[in-house]
Formats: sequence, C-alpha cells, structure tokens
Amino acid sequence: MSGSSVLYDAQGPRARLRNVVYTVVFVLALVALVWWVYRSLSDKGQLDWEKWKPFFSGSEAWTTYILPGLKNTLIAAAVSMLIALPLGALFGIARLSDHVWIRVPAAVIVEFFRAIPVLILMIFGNALFSEYTSVSSDDRPLYAVVTGLVLYNSSVLAEIVRAGILALPKGQTEAAQAIGLRKTQTMTSILLPQAVTAMLPAIVSQLVVIVKDTALGGAILTFPELLAAVSPMSSYYGANTIASFTIVAVIFVLLNFSLTSFASWLERRLRRRKKSTGAVLAPAAVGGTESAGATV
Amino acid sequence: MFDFLSGYDLLGAFWVTVQLTLLAAVGSLVWGTLLAAMRVGPVPLMRGFGTAYVNIVRNIPLTVIILFTSLGLNQTLGVSLGSQDFDTINFRLAVLGLVAYTSAFVCEAIRSGINTVPVGQAEAARALGLNFTQVLTLVVLPQAFRSVVGPLTNVLIALTKNTTVAAAIGVAEAALLMKEMIENEAELLLISAVFAFGFVVLTLPTGLILGWVGKKVAVKR
Amino acid sequence: MKLRKVTAASAVVLALAVTATACGSNDDKDSGSSGGGKKIAIGIKFDQPGIGQKTPQGYTGFDVDVAKYVAKKLGYDEDQIQWKEAKSADRETMLQRGDVQFIAASYSITPEREKKVDFAGPYLLAHQDVLVRADDDSIKSPADLNSKKLCSVTGSTSAQNIKDKLAPKANLLKYPTYSACLTGLQNKAVDALTTDDSILAGYASQAQFKGKFKLGGFKMTNENYGIGVKKGSDLKDKINKALEEMVADGSWEKAVKANFGPANYQYDPAPKIGDVKP
Repeated sequence: MSGSSVLYDAQGPRARLRNVVYTVVFVLALVALVWWVYRSLSDKGQLDWEKWKPFFSGSEAWTTYILPGLKNTLIAAAVSMLIALPLGALFGIARLSDHVWIRVPAAVIVEFFRAIPVLILMIFGNALFSEYTSVSSDDRPLYAVVTGLVLYNSSVLAEIVRAGILALPKGQTEAAQAIGLRKTQTMTSILLPQAVTAMLPAIVSQLVVIVKDTALGGAILTFPELLAAVSPMSSYYGANTIASFTIVAVIFVLLNFSLTSFASWLERRLRRRKKSTGAVLAPAAVGGTESAGATV
Repeated sequence: MFDFLSGYDLLGAFWVTVQLTLLAAVGSLVWGTLLAAMRVGPVPLMRGFGTAYVNIVRNIPLTVIILFTSLGLNQTLGVSLGSQDFDTINFRLAVLGLVAYTSAFVCEAIRSGINTVPVGQAEAARALGLNFTQVLTLVVLPQAFRSVVGPLTNVLIALTKNTTVAAAIGVAEAALLMKEMIENEAELLLISAVFAFGFVVLTLPTGLILGWVGKKVAVKR
Repeated sequence: MKLRKVTAASAVVLALAVTATACGSNDDKDSGSSGGGKKIAIGIKFDQPGIGQKTPQGYTGFDVDVAKYVAKKLGYDEDQIQWKEAKSADRETMLQRGDVQFIAASYSITPEREKKVDFAGPYLLAHQDVLVRADDDSIKSPADLNSKKLCSVTGSTSAQNIKDKLAPKANLLKYPTYSACLTGLQNKAVDALTTDDSILAGYASQAQFKGKFKLGGFKMTNENYGIGVKKGSDLKDKINKALEEMVADGSWEKAVKANFGPANYQYDPAPKIGDVKP
C-alpha cells in the first residue's frame, strides 16, 4: 500500500467540512498547549533574556562549551561507525554461513550484545581499558564510548546486512550457482554489492542512533560530549538549565534531521536507479524483516 | 564471589525496570498507534503534526527528553501527575518520557506495517462503504499489527534497555543501583556482568517468545 | 557500487582506526609521575561556581586557587597544570588509577574515603546547609525541613544525611547537577537546595543570583575539605606544607574572600593541618 489516500475516499463537501472542523479543533488544542507552556515559562522567568543571552550575543558559550562538545560527539560517532560497519558486515555474513560452527557462535555474539544496554557496555569498556591497557586517561572515555557503541551497533548492523542479503531475490543466488560460482564468489561478487546499495539508507539512520547514544558516555564516563557540556555551561550562566538543554536539543535535532534527510534522499535515489534488482531496505522496513535490528 | 550483592535490593531494582518497561510499552503502543493514524489520515494538519512529532522526538537523545519531563514539565510547568512525593512523580514522569520517545518508533513500525497491507484490502473496505476510521480499525490495522510483531518486539527490547536512562532523574531502577554499587564496591567487572545478565534475562525471552508469536500470527501472502 | 571499492574503503578505514588507536595511547602517559619540567594533572569540579568552574576565561574558584598555589609550591607553573573534571563519584578511582596527581574538588575527608585514598589538609571547614529563596522565611531550623521539598544531587552525602538523620520526612528530589536543582528552586517547585555551604555560597555569589537566594546558616554537619592523593603518596606531606604556607602568607584569606565574598558567607577560619572535625 503506497499512497495513504487509498485509506479514505475522495472528499466531498461534507467530508471537507468535517476536516475543517477537525483542523480547527486541533489547532485550538495546540495553541492552548503552546500558550500554557509559554505562560508558565515566562511566569517562572525561564524566558528572561538573561538566561538565553549567552547563546545569542557573543560566541563565548559556543566556543567554550558547545562546539568542543559537538566535536567530541561527532568524532565518537564517526569512529564508532567506521569500525562497526566492517565488523557488522563480517558478523552478518557469518550468520548466513553454511557451517554451523560459524553460524551459531556469530548468532550468539550478535544476540548477546543486542540484549545489553549500551551504557553497561561502555562502563565495561572503561573498566577494561583502565585495568588491562595503558591508554592515557585523556583518551580513555573516548575509547570506552567507542567500544560500547561498536559492540552494540556492529550487532545491529550485522542484522541489517543479514536482512539486506536475505531480501535479495532467490534467483540471484541460483543464477550465480548455475554459472558455477563458488559460495564466496556468490557472496562477494553477486549478493553483497546489491545488498550494500539496498542497506545504505538503513545504515545512515543507524548513524543517528550512534550520534544520540554518544550522550550516554557524557552522563557516566565524563566523556566531554555535547550533552555533558550543559552541566558546566548552565552552572556558569546562572542555572539556565532549560535554555541550555533546549539549545542542545535543537542542535541534536538539526544534526540528526540532516542525517535522516540524507538517508531518505539516498533511498529515493537508489529506488529510482533501477540498476540493482534488490529491494531497497527503508529505515523503517529494516525492522520489517523479521528479527532485524531495531533502530531505536 | 557474590558477596558484593548483599545489602542491595537487586530484584527490587529490576522490578522497577520491568514496571517502567510494561507501563511505557502500553502507553507508547496507544500513542504510537494514534500518531500513525494521524500520519495516514485525511486531515492535513494532523498529518503534519504526526510527521513533525516523529521527526523531532526520535532525533533527540532520550536523556534530554527524560530530563525535560522532570525539569520542564514538573519543575517549571508544575505538572505533578497526581502525586506529592518526588519519587512517585519522577517514576511517572519517566514513564511519560519513555512513552513520548518510544511512540515515535512505534508509529514508524506501524506505518511500515500499514504499507504491507495490499491496496485491494482498503479498496474493498471502501467499496463496502466504510469510512476512514472503520477502514483503519476494522480492516487495515488488524492486518498491519500482525505483520509488525517483529519490529514492535525490537522496539520493546530497545525500550527495556532505554529504561536505564530514567536513572538521570533518580528513578531507582537497575542502572541507578549499578552506579551506586560501582561507587561503593570494588568488583566493577562482576557488577557489570551481573547487570548485563539481568538484561539478557529480560530481553532474550521477550525476543524469542514474541518472535514465535510473530511467525504464528503473520499474514501469509 | 562495486564491492571491491567498498571492501577497500572499509579496510583503509579500519587500518586508520587501528593506527589512530595505536598513536593516541602514547601521549602523556608519564603524567602519572611527578617530575620537574613535566605537566601535572589536577582534578577539580567543572560545574561549581565559587569552588571549581569552567569559564570562557579559564578555570575559577576556591579549589582552583588552592590547587594553583599548591602546584606552584610543588614546582609547576600555571601553564603546566592540566585540569581534569573530577565528578564526585569518580574521585577515588581517578586517584587509584593515577589519572591525576591530586584532587581538590570539594572533597570531604571521611573514614570510608580514607580507606581508599590519602588526604592532605583539611584546607577548609564547610558545613551542610540549605539555600532558600531570599523572600522565604519559613525555614528557621533544620527541623522545619521535614515538611519541605528539598533538592540535592544523586549519590551525594548531603542527600543521604537528610534521609538518614537531619530531616527524614522531607520530600527529597534528586538531580544529576546542582544547576537543575536551582532551576526548581527559582521556579518555586522546591523549597530548598541542600549541600555544603561553600558550594551554596558559590552559587549565591553569582551575578545572576544577587539578592535572590540566601543561606540558612544551620551548620548541620562538618565537612573537612582535603586534597586527595593516591594512598601512600609522598605528595601528602609536600601538599600539607604548601597549605600551611598558604594560610601563613595570607593567600588563603584572599582566595576565600575573592570566591565567597559576595554571598556574605560566614566561613570558618583556616583549619589546622590534620585537624579533622567529626
């Protein structure tokens, strides 16, 4: 079912009137809500210029707190993605192996790391690095955050890869076998190239999850990322917590929204280009194939 | 070896985790379905609202949303959800925050489920003279739900793990206890392992059982 | 997209990541041992105005001033100091791992902590107190707190003290930071913020809060701020000596006045080294 308009009839005069009534009621409800929020905020002095000034006049707040935090968030997210991607592909393919002794351990590892909160994986990583390696204490939080994110996201990416390969028409494998390709050849020169194109949007939207999850590292491991910047920032500017969190939330939304927009642009582009026979795995549809990774 | 567990209410903490998960799951299923209905419905403004809601909420880190429920809703807007005691208020606010966040993902899962229902189903329903609400609730949604048990299970598992974020506003669930234990005890790796095991116990059976249910109820096409 | 390109790209990326990891680990690993021309790593708070606060102009606060003075006496200039954030929960671990040489971060000397780390000092005697709105006269004694809404920080001893003995019936809200508590206090959603009076004085001295808040002045507990060092470290005696000099030459008095002055904070005189008040 592609267009949602199949769900309702073309609108006649009465239906249109009803729509107008619904719209008006909905608008009134929204306006009432927004007005209530606005009134309460301004009654409590949360909209005072003093609380918002640091962000809009002068660049101090940005250069001292926000931008360094944003930089760390981006670094952690990028490094995690770059390590998790090949690892995920490896495990995804391993789960499709014909050999039980490869398939089962891969499945166990993937299921295990998907079942544990990333936060616990990060704490675990931090302990590992401080006990058994000589990583300097400056780098340790980054390493721990990346470790946690890689462990979790490579298992999610493994599921995306697996779903992507399974979503290819069976004829592709059969044709490859018919012309005498070996299993490895079938995987590397027939299945993977097609699956990669199909998976790209899902992979990009997994990046959003990674970006958001870096914030967990700030809360518990003193990793100086964007969200952790709120604490020294709001204490310096006279407890403007509401303003600080709002600004940081807006930055996250803009950052992630541009990533998801990129994902859907990619999806449209790949869909238009009929070169690949495989279906495109939409971010939402990745969950659609059974037991694929939830991009939550 | 497990001496460090004595003096801590491990089961109690995980029970709070389970409560948070179940309450938020029910809430986000309801609100997420409503959002999905808005997004496929005939009123343009509601469609816009649904789209905007999903795009904003799922792009904000959950920690920020949870903190906002307490700092914003409770401490600034004065929403107390029918309680005076901060422990109770924050538990309810955490549920609210989890519902607000998770429903965005539930909405997207259900929308993808609606897309798997063949067009003919809705067309036949409309030909019978059913209106939008009837088409959705009697014909499309029942089939859509059956095809998205898998994705919804993933959302539920993610929700279970996301309840750890409620520690940010002092809800006494598993992650807060873990943090407290790590501060007081030396066995950091063992403590992490115990809590990891706890979450595996919670999430793996959920995945297996619902995976089986999903196969059972799936509409064969 | 051809597969060869993809695999090649991922291989490069992986290789880069691995090399980056390998290079990164060698930097200032030696900062753990105190040496002449090297850097010194000191743990402070980043989010407590008056005590230790990260500002666009650098780090400020009483703890920062004390740490700078001590570092100077140990032979380090200001630009040789590497400031690190020491969150309350991480302080013992940071010292045990050798991430920092010493910590001056509103660090109260307690018997439990002394089992894990050594303390130089004390260098300030603070007391648990409450911060209330300037126009609120309803809290006259700690007992009045029982019917009030209090806010404190998750995992802090102040929160524990309130629940255990000071005001067990108080409605206690716990947040990750004091700033979040202050937002509630300003909005009249909570009646008092409780922690050490030195921290409260730091907040109350901020320009934005002039005349808005006041200290209760209850002195509910004794908090002896010490400088934490690794157990068995020879730094302890050197730091003690530096602290004695700091009091003797008047720098201590100056630092207290500069950081807590505007809040009308009735600070105790500089404590004798080793004199930990129970």
